[in-house]
Amino acid sequence: MKKVTIDPITRLEGHGKIDIFLNDGGDVANVYFQVPELRGFEQFCVGRLAEEMPIITNRICGVCPEAHHMASLKALDDLFEAEPPDAAKKIRELLYMAFYVTDHTTHFYALGGPDFIVGPDAPPSERNIFGVIKKVGLDIGKQVIETRAQNHHVIEMLGGRKVHPCAGLPGGWSKPVTEEERKELEAIAKKNIDFALFSLKTFDKIVLNNPDLLELITSDIYTHQTYYMGTVDDENHVNFYDGMVRVVDPEGKEFVKYHPKDYMEHIMENVESWTYLKVPYLKKIGWKGFIDGMDSGVYCATPLSRLNVSDSMATPLAQEHFEKFYETFGSKKKNGRYQPVHFRLSTHWARLIEMLYAAEHMLELASDPEITSPEIRNLPSGKAKGVGIGSVEAPRGTLTHHYVTDENAVIQKVNMIVGTTNNYAPISMSLKRAAEKLITKGKVIKDELLNKIEMAFRLYDPCLSCATHHLPGTMPMIVKIINSGGDVLDTFTRD
Amino acid sequence: MTKKPGLSMYWASSCGGCEIALVNINEKILEVIDKFDFMFCPCLLDTKKKDIEALPDKSIEITLFNGAVRTEENAEMANLLRKKSKILIAFGSCSNDGCIPGLSNLYSAKDHFDTIYLNNPTVSNPGGIVPQRETEVPEGTLHLPEFYDTVRTLSQVVDVEYFIPGCPPESNQIWDVINSVIEGVKLPPKGSVIGAGTSTVCDECEKIKEDKKIDRFYRTYEIIPDTKKCLLEQGIICMGIATRAGCGSLCPKVNMPCSGCYGAPDGVLDQGAKMIAALGSILNLEGDLTEEEITGHTNKIMDSIPDYAGTFYKFSLAGSILKNSVRK
Repeated sequence: MKKVTIDPITRLEGHGKIDIFLNDGGDVANVYFQVPELRGFEQFCVGRLAEEMPIITNRICGVCPEAHHMASLKALDDLFEAEPPDAAKKIRELLYMAFYVTDHTTHFYALGGPDFIVGPDAPPSERNIFGVIKKVGLDIGKQVIETRAQNHHVIEMLGGRKVHPCAGLPGGWSKPVTEEERKELEAIAKKNIDFALFSLKTFDKIVLNNPDLLELITSDIYTHQTYYMGTVDDENHVNFYDGMVRVVDPEGKEFVKYHPKDYMEHIMENVESWTYLKVPYLKKIGWKGFIDGMDSGVYCATPLSRLNVSDSMATPLAQEHFEKFYETFGSKKKNGRYQPVHFRLSTHWARLIEMLYAAEHMLELASDPEITSPEIRNLPSGKAKGVGIGSVEAPRGTLTHHYVTDENAVIQKVNMIVGTTNNYAPISMSLKRAAEKLITKGKVIKDELLNKIEMAFRLYDPCLSCATHHLPGTMPMIVKIINSGGDVLDTFTRD
Repeated sequence: MTKKPGLSMYWASSCGGCEIALVNINEKILEVIDKFDFMFCPCLLDTKKKDIEALPDKSIEITLFNGAVRTEENAEMANLLRKKSKILIAFGSCSNDGCIPGLSNLYSAKDHFDTIYLNNPTVSNPGGIVPQRETEVPEGTLHLPEFYDTVRTLSQVVDVEYFIPGCPPESNQIWDVINSVIEGVKLPPKGSVIGAGTSTVCDECEKIKEDKKIDRFYRTYEIIPDTKKCLLEQGIICMGIATRAGCGSLCPKVNMPCSGCYGAPDGVLDQGAKMIAALGSILNLEGDLTEEEITGHTNKIMDSIPDYAGTFYKFSLAGSILKNSVRK
């Protein structure tokens, strides 16, 4: 198999390894999803200058460096007690919205979406960006490339670099926006809105109008009732850059709403000797293993989770689609909020609604005259206070950075809970469920097994872009089937 | 039909930014797929690895190898791809110099495990569990590749033809290299750095230099610099003077110091040592000072930089002459 790049401290490199064990009856006994890679940021950041963390932790993930840059900056704002001027905050947020548009575009058209657009039963060689282009037309392929290019241009314009931006400082940002740039940003934001609306229409036409696909989305292979986590603003709207972290239970009731600084009271991590990645869970409920339900501390932090924890969206067009999303799945309102949707494959749709919100909010920010203010830095007035904690919503889940420093602002301790890591348990559970449904009494439906495992995996978009799908598009994978005697019965590969 | 040359890209211990940089050549990616048999990130475990092993030696025309060698598996792949590739290119800072994760060499593997799995504020681990190469679970045995004690660059493990620096390499530079291969341009001598300049980032930087001496250093959060002027001459440690040209001085353009990701320029063996030497010549030590006063003053200024390794060797520690001799 190739790689499931789980972003943070531990990216899953080389390959994600899934071992499926069968019992004597030939049914699935257990499934292990291993992350065989560790780089060790939590250790080697010790001794570094705190203000360099936004460019050091960038390198945790080249797919979402913007998320690490922002979480790190917010931890530094806290550490130095330096609140950025409004214009700086808006520039940060604008860059972040452009990043969300490009990231979600890549996932929908090149990574996860092909399963739907081309169809789950299409041969793997077709289920990729080229298959998508064949189905929806070359113009669309060009639009995808253009959307990616334009938003990376925004990231470079504001952040200095297309990959691994560098313009963030505690208490601000290093480069102001000119009026000419603002106009360009406005034009790109408008195009982003059109593109997001077009993408939702495509989803409508190809997926929602297809009863077979709707049945697949709502089938129990892809349904898990867990807790959900996401960041919300004062009015409980989805927010990517700032707010409180809200967790709802499987019935949609608010379990807790906490300030990111209090994350240690709410999240714990379990260590397993067979994987380099830690497994987070809700501290107050506890680790009960890879199981779902009200009594298990397993939570999920994805685009679907963010919708599930929110009351509504902050922008009008995204709100329309938010309502349609819940109505389509028959979710009832309780205490003014929709009940959570548990169909994990609906995460693809949720991602497009988020893309639309990001585009609309990008336009709001680009149209705000304050964004061109030259007041973009507040110098810290005193020494580092010793602790800084910051969090944002990375596309793949809530991202928390926590630094402890000495009085010279040299890092002494680092803890990070990173996007995809939040979803380690849910991903493992989805893989196991797919295996259980497709292997009975030793009978294995090979192609279907690979397809369904692939889909279970991709819906989480486990920070792997190039990994789960490399450019030609298919996901390289190795799945081993092992019987109760420890013999490898079969090894399926796909490259 | 003539067979298209094989192009492979393998991802060892790295972040994925190199892949994003490649995809950021945008529509030209279609041309790459047209001209090469694109064996992008081949799947390489078990049987698939056997498939690669079964290929005749040197049958892949070009392999772009990004990422450092951190685990057992990274090393195996480096060796295998070396054997199977005609031209092996270290692609990006991790495989060139170790990059930021190379700072890991300041600590042992055990330090990492202790910090990450045992003494961590959100870890609940009463049993003191850390990852093992082999774990017996009720259903059988699970294996993990070994986490080595150090990070190594690609050329510390195998023979390498060319080096493309940068974190990540800039997309226009990547395209220039690929395009010159497509157009059949004669390749430079083995061991060359390609897809970059030969001089320094300072030569690409448009900020005004006045040959000013400095009295002290500033941390970036302590000063709002004059955006027209050289950052180093304002006391901000900008690595441009010791860093290879090639990016177009991206970071200084947004008023942030160069952090050194393109590595040492031509003729410089050690980027960090070069930078420290350059700082020596920019410190303001004029006036009638005794040797003792000069030493005292220099020490005081240098003490204001509390992290030498992370400042001067941020991208190059694993590949530097220091390697891991500075371990704490």
